[in-house]
Amino acid sequence: MRAQFILSELWVALRRNLSMSISVALVTMVSVLFLGLGVLAQRQVDTMKDYWYDRVQVSIFLCTAKSDLPNCATGSVTQSQRKDIRTQLDAMRPLVKNVYPESQQQAYTRLKEQYKDSATYREITPAQMPESFRVQLSDPTKYDVITSAFIGAPGVGDVQDQRRILDPLFNVLRGLSFGALALASLMVLCSILLVATTIRQTAFSRRRETGIMRLVGASAFNIQLPFILETLIATVVGTALAIGFLWAAVRYGVGYLGRQLPINFISTADVWLITPWLVLAVACMAILTAWLTLRRYLKV
Amino acid sequence: MIRFENVTKTYLRSTQPALDGISLEVERGEFVFVVGQSGSGKSTLLRLILCEEAASSGNVLVAGRELSTMPRRKVPALRREIGTVFQDFRLLPNKDVFQNVAFALQVLGKSRHVIKALVPETLEMVGLAGMGRRLPHQLSGGEQQRVAIARAVVNKPPILLADEPTGNLDPTTSLEIVRLLDRINRTGTTILMATHDNGIVDQLRKRVVELDEGELVRDQQHAVYGGGR
Repeated sequence: MRAQFILSELWVALRRNLSMSISVALVTMVSVLFLGLGVLAQRQVDTMKDYWYDRVQVSIFLCTAKSDLPNCATGSVTQSQRKDIRTQLDAMRPLVKNVYPESQQQAYTRLKEQYKDSATYREITPAQMPESFRVQLSDPTKYDVITSAFIGAPGVGDVQDQRRILDPLFNVLRGLSFGALALASLMVLCSILLVATTIRQTAFSRRRETGIMRLVGASAFNIQLPFILETLIATVVGTALAIGFLWAAVRYGVGYLGRQLPINFISTADVWLITPWLVLAVACMAILTAWLTLRRYLKV
Repeated sequence: MIRFENVTKTYLRSTQPALDGISLEVERGEFVFVVGQSGSGKSTLLRLILCEEAASSGNVLVAGRELSTMPRRKVPALRREIGTVFQDFRLLPNKDVFQNVAFALQVLGKSRHVIKALVPETLEMVGLAGMGRRLPHQLSGGEQQRVAIARAVVNKPPILLADEPTGNLDPTTSLEIVRLLDRINRTGTTILMATHDNGIVDQLRKRVVELDEGELVRDQQHAVYGGGR
């Protein structure tokens, strides 16, 4: 068929079937919106992980005179033990990126700064604070190498990985993003069923045209093409609207949060990054659903 | 042009065959009336030629193609060699006469140049010159059937199938339509026309193939509707 004829028939079909086309576009929009939110939430978790994992440290707490940890039964860390720990840390480069020694007084000052309004920490003295080595790793996922090397070592009271504090937060965020994706899957299913029903109804309402096309010898492809294009246009319009909403949400919603909180947030660049994949996924879904429905309900 | 070799067609969930061991040959350029009571198998015969149905047994050959072994993807090419006319005209109500006829060419990808040349020529041939801008509801039954015939022959198919084309028309108009089909036949188009209309069959005295409960009971040249019984 000639492109001009296809376009003119498509225009007439879209006008005649306007309400159904709008409903397909809107349901697709909601589905893609949830799908996009789910994917963007995953990207946000990854962005935050990258940001925070770069900053988290493994803390090697040394024994103090008042320490009641099992490994500190012999008393406070000695000068030679402290030196051995430092030497061992230096030997573990490049996994060990930086080592920041923190004295009891420094730990006390930091605590006071962080909890200056809290009555709980008012009675604490510098002697109660543990001395530590704060270790920054080149690969934060390999914290267990440090843990296994220093836990139980002479003069070491405890080894703590700050990731353990952040992980529950990331797990909650990831759970939310999976929730959005699960909801998106349901909406995509709704979208597929609506597209199939719409095509079935449209094929029925246009059975006279398709019957004539079939009788004069139009190929199956030519008979099915207008239906597939109609579905494709409706779903792509829905996807474009959803991407517009996602862009606005990231630009203004996440952008506002980014100005209020000292956290690395996703940007509109992330929206543009997922756009081709969303459009491709929706186009494939529309074409496949249309084709399978037409195979079933449109005699050619 | 068309050959049936011991063809039987039994529809699903039916105990009685719609066609039972039919053997028939139609030569190029022939005009054949297929007659018989309702349910005798006339429409099934035409549907088999159009590849709308497949024979349960036997062979159907149309324009050199054996339909039982022909792949499904080649059916459109076969249908381009067959024009079809029905009792209910099957015109597109939102398209005018010109557009209805042009539609058959457009879906086959013919150029605007070809369409502009062929459609007026065909409308003139069927007696509808100057009526191209009218919508189907502005036409009489006879005129609507002429549009349907124009659409069926605009692509110049070598075979024309007509399934009760005069079923909705008065006797005078029916005769005009059959005279038109006869004129088309004289240009070399093979015509198979299923009909109940004894007046028309008797007037034209063409070959008559009679079916009764799926069996071919008569195949006679220059015959009348109920001849030989």
